[in-house]
Parts: sequence; C-alpha cells; structure tokens
Amino acid sequence: MKKNIFLSLIFVLFPLAMLWADQLFYVSFASRVMIYAIAATSLNLVLGYGGMISFGHAAFVGTGAYVGSILIAEGVTSAFIGWPAAIAVSALAAWIIGAISLRTRGVYFIMITLAFAQMMFYLVNSMKAYGGDEGLSLRQRPSLGFELGNEVAFYYVVLFLLLLSIFLLYRLMRSRFGRVVIAIRENEARAEAIGFPVFRYKLACFVIAGAAAGLAGALLASHGKYVNPNVLHWAQSGTLMIMVILGGIGNLWGGVLGAAVLLGLEHVISDYPIGWLAQLAPNYQQHANLGVGMVMLAIVLFAPQGIAGLLERRKHAPA
Amino acid sequence: MSWILIAEQSLNGLQFGLMLFLLAAGLTLVFGIMDMINLAHGSLYMLGAFLASTFVQLTGSFTAGVLLAIPATALLGMALEVSVLRTLYARDHMAQVLATFALILIINELTRLVWGSDAALPMPGALSGPVELMPGLPYSAYRLVIIAVGLAVAVLLYFLVTKTRVGMLVRAGASNREMALAMGVNIRLLFTLVFGAGAALCAVAGAMLAPLLAVQVGMGENILILAFVVIVIGGIGSIRGALVGALLVGIVDTIGRAFLPILFGVFFQPRAASAAGPAIASVSIYLLMAVVLYFKPQGLFPARG
Amino acid sequence: MKIKLLAAALLVLTANAQGADKVKIGFISTLSGPSAAIGVDIRDAFLLAVKTNGGKLGGLPAEVLVGDDQFKPDVGRQIAEKNVKVDKVNFLTGIVFSNIMLASVPIAFENKLIYVSPNAAPSPMAGKECSPYLFVASWPNDAYHEAAGQHATNRGYKSAYLIAPNYQAGKDSLTGFKRYYKGNVVAEVYTQLGQLDYAAELAQVRAAKPDALYIFLPGGMGINFIKQFVASGLSKDVPLIVPGFGDDQDIIRPVGEATLGLFDTAHWALDFDNAANKKFVAAFEKEYRRLPTVFAAQGWDTAMLIDAAVRDSKGKIEDVEAVRKAMRAAKFESVRGPFKFNRNQMPIQNYYLRVVAKDSQGRLVNKTIGTVFKDHGDAYVQDCKMK
Repeated sequence: MKKNIFLSLIFVLFPLAMLWADQLFYVSFASRVMIYAIAATSLNLVLGYGGMISFGHAAFVGTGAYVGSILIAEGVTSAFIGWPAAIAVSALAAWIIGAISLRTRGVYFIMITLAFAQMMFYLVNSMKAYGGDEGLSLRQRPSLGFELGNEVAFYYVVLFLLLLSIFLLYRLMRSRFGRVVIAIRENEARAEAIGFPVFRYKLACFVIAGAAAGLAGALLASHGKYVNPNVLHWAQSGTLMIMVILGGIGNLWGGVLGAAVLLGLEHVISDYPIGWLAQLAPNYQQHANLGVGMVMLAIVLFAPQGIAGLLERRKHAPA
Repeated sequence: MSWILIAEQSLNGLQFGLMLFLLAAGLTLVFGIMDMINLAHGSLYMLGAFLASTFVQLTGSFTAGVLLAIPATALLGMALEVSVLRTLYARDHMAQVLATFALILIINELTRLVWGSDAALPMPGALSGPVELMPGLPYSAYRLVIIAVGLAVAVLLYFLVTKTRVGMLVRAGASNREMALAMGVNIRLLFTLVFGAGAALCAVAGAMLAPLLAVQVGMGENILILAFVVIVIGGIGSIRGALVGALLVGIVDTIGRAFLPILFGVFFQPRAASAAGPAIASVSIYLLMAVVLYFKPQGLFPARG
Repeated sequence: MKIKLLAAALLVLTANAQGADKVKIGFISTLSGPSAAIGVDIRDAFLLAVKTNGGKLGGLPAEVLVGDDQFKPDVGRQIAEKNVKVDKVNFLTGIVFSNIMLASVPIAFENKLIYVSPNAAPSPMAGKECSPYLFVASWPNDAYHEAAGQHATNRGYKSAYLIAPNYQAGKDSLTGFKRYYKGNVVAEVYTQLGQLDYAAELAQVRAAKPDALYIFLPGGMGINFIKQFVASGLSKDVPLIVPGFGDDQDIIRPVGEATLGLFDTAHWALDFDNAANKKFVAAFEKEYRRLPTVFAAQGWDTAMLIDAAVRDSKGKIEDVEAVRKAMRAAKFESVRGPFKFNRNQMPIQNYYLRVVAKDSQGRLVNKTIGTVFKDHGDAYVQDCKMK
C-alpha cells in the first residue's frame, strides 16, 4: 500500500517538478506516453480480454483524431464538444465495422478488420478538404474552460483520463459482462452452448474499445496539433499490438506498461548512444526494430504475460 | 475500348493472379495442415527475391540465379520452421500472429543489415522486350514467361497433391489432422517438408517478380495482405481454392484499375469520377472478399468438411 | 586589485557580448524504414559539409544533433520539441517529407527559431502560411513538375498522359505539370498508394498512344513502374518524363539499365561545372563511395547556407533577426550555381532538362542537356504577406 501511494505521488508531482526545473519537454513527453497508454489499453480490451485479433484498431484511433481535428479546424474549440464527439463517432464506426466483421472468425476476422482499416486509410488519403496526405495542422489545442496549451494542465487532464479508463476497465472486467467476455475468449462454443448471445457481447466489447481508441486519437491530435492519414495505417495497429504484448496481454496495466517501456526505450536509444554498440554497427539506432522484434518474439515464446507477468512473478516468488 | 486492350488486360490479370497463386498456395497449405497463421510468409518471398539478386550477380546468369534461390530459400524456411515455428503449432492463433509479426520485424532488419534497403535484379536481356502475340498486340515477353512458369507450377502442384502419396498425406492432414496423426503419419517431417515447399514457392514468386517489381525491404508485407485475401476467398487449406481465388483477385484488381475509372466517367462528373474511380478500384478486392464471405463464410472451396 | 577585478569582469562581459561559442543544429530526418535512403543522403552530405569546414559553420564550432523521425509525424514533432526546448538548438533542419515537416516545424516558428528545409517545401508554406523563420534550400514542391510541363510544351508534345498516386502530393504534382503544359492532357490517372503492378495502367497508355508520358511515382512505386514500362516495350514508342528525383541515383541503383534514356527536370545535376559542385561531388564520392543524389546536393547547400548566415551575422546567432537578414542575403557558393531567395524565402533558380546516360566510367548518371526555366519562382508567392 505504501509503495502504491509513493508511486502515485511521483506521477502527480512529476510535472510540477519539471515545471520548476524548466524541463517542460518531459511533461509533454509523458503526456504522449499516457495517450498511447490509453490507446494500447483499448486494444488490450479487445485483444487481451476479448481474444479478438483486430489489425484494424488504428482505424478507430484515427477516426477520433480526425473528428477532433476537423471540429477544431472548423472553429469548435471546446473539448467538451470535440472529445465526446470523437468518442461517439469512433464508437459508431466500431459498431458498423464490428457488426460486419464479427460474423467471421479467426483469420477471416483478421483479414476483414485489416481490409476495413486499409479502406479508411485510402479514403482519408484522398480527402483533399482535410489535407489529404499532408494532414491537418491545428492552430491551437482545444480548451476545457481553461487553456490546454499549458503543458502541465494538459498532463493532468490526460492523467485523469488514463486513470479513468483503467478504472472503468477494471470495473468492466469484474462485472458480469466482463466475465462473460472472458468466458467467450476461453471457449466460444461452450459459451454459446450455455446460451449467451456471443455475437452481442463481442460486439459490445469491440465498440467500447473503439470508443476508448477514439478518445486516445482525439487526445493525440490535440497534443501534437496535427493529424494525418498515417495514424490510420495498419502499421500503427502493429505498434499498439507490440505495446500490449510487451506490457502484458490481458493484464489491467498491460497497455500502460507497454506504452511506457516502448516509447521510453525509443527515447533512450536515440538520445543516449551506446559507445561499444556504435563501434560495432555505426547506425545501430536505425535498426532498433531488430531489438523490438527479438524482444517481442522472446515474450511470446517464453514470457507470454509480458512485463506485467514478470513483475507479478517476482512479487509472488518465494522469499 | 478495343478488344486488343481487353485481351491485354486479361493477360495481365492472369499473370498477376498466377504469381499470387504461388504465394497463396504455400500459405494455405501451412494454414490448412499445420493450422498456423504465418505472417512471415511474405518475408520468405522477400528473401527469395534478395537471394535471387545475389545469385544472379554471382553466376552472371538469370536462370542459374533463380534456380539457386529456390532451394536456398527452402532451406532457410525449413531452418526457421525447425527452430522457431515448430513451437507455435501448439499455441493459439493469437500467439502465432504475434510471434510471426515479430519475425517480420527481425527478418526485415537482418535483410537490411546484410543487403541494404534494396537490391537490383535486372530483367534478362533476351526477355526484356515485347513479343507480338497478334498483329497489334505486343506483350512483354517476360510476363509471358511468368504466365508459363505459373501454369507449370500449378500443374506440378496438382500432380503432386492429387497423384502422389505425399500429396495424399498432405490432403489428409489438411482435411483432418487428428485422424492423419492417428493413422501414423510422421507429422513432424511432413510439416517441415510442407513448410519448405511453401518457402520454395515463395522463392519462385519472389525471384520471378523481382525484375518487374522493386526488390526492397518490406516488399513482403504488401503482397502478404493480397495473399491472405486470396486464401480467405478461396478457402483455407485448398490449393484449388488458392488458384481460383488468386485468378479472381488478379482479374478483379486489373479490371478494377483499368475500367472502373472509365465506367465512373460515363455515369458521373469528371471530377467526381477521377476521385471516386481510383478509390473504389483500390478497394475492389476487399469488396470482392466481403461479397464472397457473405455468401460463403468459409471461402469458396474450404478443405475442411 | 579592484581594477583587476573590474577588468576581468569587463572581459567576461565582452566575451559574452561577442556571441555564443558554438552553433547547435537540430537535424531531424527519416533515417529508417523503406524511405530512409533520402534522409540518409541529406544527412551524409550535411555532415560532410560541416566536416569539410573543419567542424565549423560560420567560424563557430558546430554541434549537429541527429534524430530519426522514423517516417512518423508525431515522432518528428517530439524530436523537434526536444531540440527546441531541451537542447536549445540555434537552427532546425533535415526533414524530408512534407507531412512530417508540417507536424514538426510549427514549434520552431512559435519559438522564433529558424528552420532551413533541405527538401520539403509544401505549397501552403510558399503562400498563405509563409513564415519569416522558414528558409527553403531545395525547391518549391511544384517546381520540378512545372519544369516538366514546360519541357513538354517546348518539345511540342501535343498530347500527354499523366499518372500519379491518389493522394494530395500526387494531385498537386499533376496540377503543377498542367500549369505549364499547353498541350492536350489525354488522361489523368490516379493509382493506389503503394501499388505494385502497373500492367493495367500501361495497357491503357499503349491504347491511348500519347506523345509523352509524365509520372509522379515516388520511391518503390517509381521503381516498379519504370521496370515494367521498359519490359512492356512502351519505352520505344512513348517518351517517359519524370521529376528529377524520380530517376536519381537512389532509383537508378535498383532499376539499372532500364533507366537509360529517361528524361527528367531538376535544379541540379552531377555534371554542373562550377567550383562548389566539383568540390562537393569529389568529396562525397571519396567519403561515401557512392554518387550523390539531388537530395545530397540540397543537404550540402543547406549546411553552406547556414554557414553563410552565421558568418555574415558575425557569430551573433542569438540575434535571430540579424541571422535572418544574413540568411536572406544567401551569400554562399551553391552547388547549383546562381541562388537567391524570393520574398517568401523559397528559392528563385534555374531548372534544367536532364537525361540518364552513361558517364566516362560507364556509370549511369543524369546528364544536363538543356535549360527549361531561368530564375523561376513559384506560383504561390502572391499569397504570402511577407515583404
């Protein structure tokens, strides 16, 4: 308990410390990590808890990002309108795509979700009105009554939303709904035999995840004041998947841990060159994906519960 | 809109479809028999192309280079199967997807370290021009060779799968693995051989397409998506399905790109047509897949009963 | 004693007043992934220029912080933010692609920091969105396409067939071509991004029998198209024109002999006969054992432009206005020959016609065969409110 309070204090006081040290960049970086944590957690809901391998999740992040950006570009600068709108539209998109895709299973499901994501990517790319490939730049971040351009304020807002998401996920998975979803993941035929409307449960799970992804997208666009079709590409779905695996698939904190570790490592590797490695391979930083791939493979083969799993094992290890 | 154009486009669709078939055949067999989703299949295709490029440079002969690349890629594929992929057979699809996705990242970077970001494989001089199939219909000689090779491989596969003992084991494994195991088939060896065969097919496709397409790191992913669309349409585990699916995809994609914009231009304003036409054409194969799955959720010729 | 202290204090104060002791550059580029070749070329040339200058720019020791945007706009933006806020760089540069630039440079402008572009120059930034802190050392995005259109007009091609990918840059490229092409555009075809096989499109071209074919297909798409174009035999019937970067060394390497005879338009070529270019090409070949592309030439010029700006502001790089004025004057030896800035701080320069041929050593290179535009600016400058 004491450790938890200590950890929480760090997260809460962190931006104030950075403000005092005039290192606001790290506050902005932390906000970005937390936004990706929300996106990864939403994927974890569908992938880890729901057992649905969706390669199209980036489509929902992208939908939220574009809805949020288009509203700001058109002059609607209140986040009280923008963010719920992003959530609603993403949820609707997830409902439509899910209703069609969830009629299939296994590899068919993977392909259909991928196909939808690709279709949205090409569609948005050809939309000249909102920048097309060059994307949409925003003049300012939206406001919540107070200016979100202030990095510290934005950090606390994102922190609040992240904790809210985790809390909601926690309650959801403990509820009857959550237990049914897990049961469906474990053995779909049995759940169906018992009499659960499997399709409806899966669809609901898919939609909730899509809505959360939409929020993450809107936050991402607000943070960087920029959106472009890249955010919808299936490679982004891949990145989110890497985060979920790394952090711990099906674990409450899996998305958070995965985002923190992946983005943190990316920052450290690019900023703090390792002398001996640089001698061996001068441009090793450009081949970082090799390390990412090997770690991911190792986790799938040897530590399927990811970092969260490793941490839990140490906690419960005999003294 | 002349019949010459139609003839040329039909040949294009056939050629594209046959190459997709080579990739899809290996993929569907692995999936059908070993029940494994292998995202790294595209990486084997890429390795086939890069290896062919190196061998062609070493031997100075296009044919020798391509022929050497095939067993080399098959060996690499089998090594991969024995070391890493074997452990995935027992795991669920999710683990297979994630592990093979990780493999894509690893193989891409290793390729970049060994060869650099791209490689050159020039078209063999003798085939680099057109052949006059009929008066007024010149067609790339090389593409004709691709069609010939694709058809030859298709016939060979048909013969292997339906007329030989190994082929019978493969079909048995695809339609009911437990039963095949119970009947005493040496599953491990069979799996390794099937994987090697799939890798060899990838190499043929990669090496044959290399003079026409960019040999670049990452070339596998683009074509992998198409290959999956093909096996989804054709039905998992069925080579016949892979052939039909591949030809369908090849033809629909070609016709979509060639004629949809024109068709749209007839019905809509030029500005709308020039925007909508290409957009729809690019997703035409996904639409095809959706339509097929709606009527036949297991694909056209699923191997499993 | 007091006088000595006072003297020492005065000395320290005046030393500071003479300006910073080094110049810090934030260099962000695409250095990994399939599109890395361009970023690597720009970086290599930039670093070589600094090295050739004895590790200095404008007389001050230069520290170049290299970052990889991994072709992702939000990563580029983050690196830019770090360079500006944490590393406190004096100049930002390096970005290859327009979308990453649009995401990353606003933070520089907001902090009154100069961004020198070695490549991307999106049209809005030439017009309505022009900024006093943006200097483009390459060429306005539409320029190569406009030059190609002009060349097609000059050659008297009565009909032209146009192909580009179906995204914003693709549409802009063909708009640029049409701005200066006075013939008849037979077809304007938009293909799928990342498309592999162009057999269908090539068949349509053959049926249309145009006088010329102009394509904008960057990266792997162009490699695929050119290979297939030559294989289909169309290269004997229809001349193919591409923008200068469409058949530069990074395309010639994977495509090979199929590029022979390709026409293109650009603002620079390997064989330019001025002292700065000869020095650049020789140094680049010696250091990196490959021929430089037009991107490398731009990277070199960017470094030299910064060098001139720092030198002409006498090292007082904290005075951004002074640096701006010095940079605007652009008194440096460019590898492309004559160079000056328009009032929107985009270059006004010449554009040339090139063709791929073999040089004296049998290597495939772009040879200059004519001039298409002299002192050409851009079409968006009238929308820019800067003086």
